[in-house]
Amino acid sequence: MANEVLELEDINKFYSGTLHVLKGIELTVREGEFLALMGPSGSGKSTLLNILGCLDKPTSGSYFLGGQDVSTMSDAELSSIRSRYLGFIFQQYNLLPQYTVVENIEVPLIYQGIRLDHTTKKRCEALAELVGLGHRLDHRPMQLSGGQQQRVAIARSLVNRPHLILADEPTGNLDSKTSVEIMVMLARLNQMGKTIVMVTHENDIAGWARRIVRMRDGNIESDEANEPWPLPEGAPELPVHLLEGAA
Amino acid sequence: MDPLSLALIAVLTGAIAFLLTSDKGRRGLELALRSLWLHKLRSFLSMLGIIIGTSAVIILMSFGEGSEKDVLDDIKRLGTTNIIVRSVKPPEDANSNMRQRVATYGLTYDDMELFRTIPAITRMVPMRIFPQETRRGAKGHNSRVVATIPQYAEVNELKPVQGRFLTEDDEALMNNVCVLGSETAKNLFPFEDPIDSSVKLGQFAYVVVGVLADRMPTGGTGGSQAAEDFNHDIYIPLSTSRGRFGDRIMIRAAGSRSMEKVDMHQITITVQDIDKVRPVGTMIREMLADAKRHPRQDWALTVPLDRLELVERTKANIRQSLGIYASISLLVGGIGIMNVMLATVTERTREVGIRRALGAKRSDITFQFLVETMVQTGIGGILGVGFGCSYVFVHALLHSMPQFSFLFQEGSPSPILHLPSITWSLTTAVGVGVIFGIYPAMRAAHMDPIEALRHV
Ligand SMILES: Nc1ncnc2c1ncn2[C@@H]1O[C@H](COP(=O)(O)OP(=O)(O)OP(=O)(O)O)[C@@H](O)[C@H]1O
Ligand SMILES: [Mg+2]
Repeated sequence: MANEVLELEDINKFYSGTLHVLKGIELTVREGEFLALMGPSGSGKSTLLNILGCLDKPTSGSYFLGGQDVSTMSDAELSSIRSRYLGFIFQQYNLLPQYTVVENIEVPLIYQGIRLDHTTKKRCEALAELVGLGHRLDHRPMQLSGGQQQRVAIARSLVNRPHLILADEPTGNLDSKTSVEIMVMLARLNQMGKTIVMVTHENDIAGWARRIVRMRDGNIESDEANEPWPLPEGAPELPVHLLEGAA
Repeated sequence: MDPLSLALIAVLTGAIAFLLTSDKGRRGLELALRSLWLHKLRSFLSMLGIIIGTSAVIILMSFGEGSEKDVLDDIKRLGTTNIIVRSVKPPEDANSNMRQRVATYGLTYDDMELFRTIPAITRMVPMRIFPQETRRGAKGHNSRVVATIPQYAEVNELKPVQGRFLTEDDEALMNNVCVLGSETAKNLFPFEDPIDSSVKLGQFAYVVVGVLADRMPTGGTGGSQAAEDFNHDIYIPLSTSRGRFGDRIMIRAAGSRSMEKVDMHQITITVQDIDKVRPVGTMIREMLADAKRHPRQDWALTVPLDRLELVERTKANIRQSLGIYASISLLVGGIGIMNVMLATVTERTREVGIRRALGAKRSDITFQFLVETMVQTGIGGILGVGFGCSYVFVHALLHSMPQFSFLFQEGSPSPILHLPSITWSLTTAVGVGVIFGIYPAMRAAHMDPIEALRHV
């Protein structure tokens, strides 16, 4: 069996001391998985994803990420974990408006302390090309459609060669055709070996995942394997060197 | 340059070098410039306080420097090792004793003999000064007769442009010679060479032996010392004046005539070195205060060195009030910038959330906003320095051109750029950036990343 990417043990989250949002979550995610987190509104999906993304801390329980216990880490250590091991894709795309496409993709490198130079720039351009934006390298987010912005966000989430990609409703703001394009891209990244945890409301979108976890009232209701939709024919291979190896 | 300025320059260049050479610094700088450029008007308006503060400091300090130089020049002209004693007409002579035909007052030859007993005195130059028309044929000039001895030229560092000044021989032989001030010469001899021509004072003729260069007038700032314009003078030997005019002098003023008996109108006393100026001044004051010699206060004593000290005290006062003024204006400027930065931080909450999610530490966020404020105050400071320096330059230029003299009040000082205030005000501006930037930056850094990401 593949290595564990993350392991949650008895994770509880309270808001304002009394609101019990996550109730003893136990979850293990292994390398190469594509997990869809589903459930009704308010069931705690985003809260759980934020904890997985080291943006939030559980009230109790332990969280191992790549074998390290991150539930006791300081704010600065968590920042460093985020910059090194995690990639984020948001529903709102969340690109920085003052930056171009390439510069947006470069941001995670900055906070890893990597010196930006010709090589890193080439790599970011290649990633932009990978998500189909090779011709808009110097455009700013305002000049791009929602789907294009989300592709930039995907490229940005890949730039630090993360162990885990976290996506909170990545297609929530997109029409169905564009949603499919984005999901095909994620599915192919997963096929290349990227581990992905994605929150979604829609069954169609969840259908691209290999494992579906359903939540209700802060508990895991069900956890089943899924046969993902087949990838469209004739899609070109993704360049492996961009995705793997040390960041 | 003073050590404070050097230290400030070192700190400034260090900060700039860091920003330009380190990768992080350069990126912070670039980001700051970009963010500021995004809101040009807002950035400019928030810098305005700093711009006004720095330029005001530079302009005011430069005016202080300029007026200080004017006063110092004036003192130097009077001589720092000199003591000036003058005869003063006591007020009661002018009013109650109107019928007294000859006003007798002032310094006497006895006084001068008494001063001679003070060993520290190296030179005494007595003068009799009275207004009298100088005539040459049909031309007349309202001049001031100065009867004095040859050393007068040394005391006042005079150089004749033509001919010579009075000599010991002139004095000993009571020669009928005179030296003309530049305006007197110009008025009486508009075209001809005045040397060896003769002019008339009263009924006697004097041969012109020399003409003096233009002399800067002294300011009238020293107590009872009036402003003096030397260019209308005519100089004759003291001995000649006693022989020709006698001890009594007829003064014609506004249609009335009055007689005066004054031995000497002024004695300029030179002391051997600067440390002796004050003690000698005190001794002379005590000698003159003797009621037997001078029952009325008919003399005045000026020590130019005292004015030097006054200047230094005024300078310290100006510095202090400028310091307060500058602190207030920079404080106001700083508060303005802080206000704008707080609004900026709120506006960019989401950006902070995104950066935090992508791995930025709190210190990265603090650094980013702090650099932005510092760049803002730094640019404000540079603009202020630029404006201040150009103002000083233009003002000084216009001041030096006679055709623009209508713009300036008579005797107003021309500013001289005060270099240390450039470094002070620049470093203070950047310092204000740090002090007032730290709170907004910390506030940004301590936002909860999740809430920041949810911010619209
Ligand atoms: N910062 C907070 N303070 C207090 N309560 C919170 C906070 N964040 C979330 N909650 C509560 O926690 C519960 C779970 O919220 P969460 O955002 O995880 O739901 P979700 O499953 O993502 O819902 P949706 O599908 O609508 O996004 C909700 O009841 C919400 O009100
Ligand atoms: Mg949610």
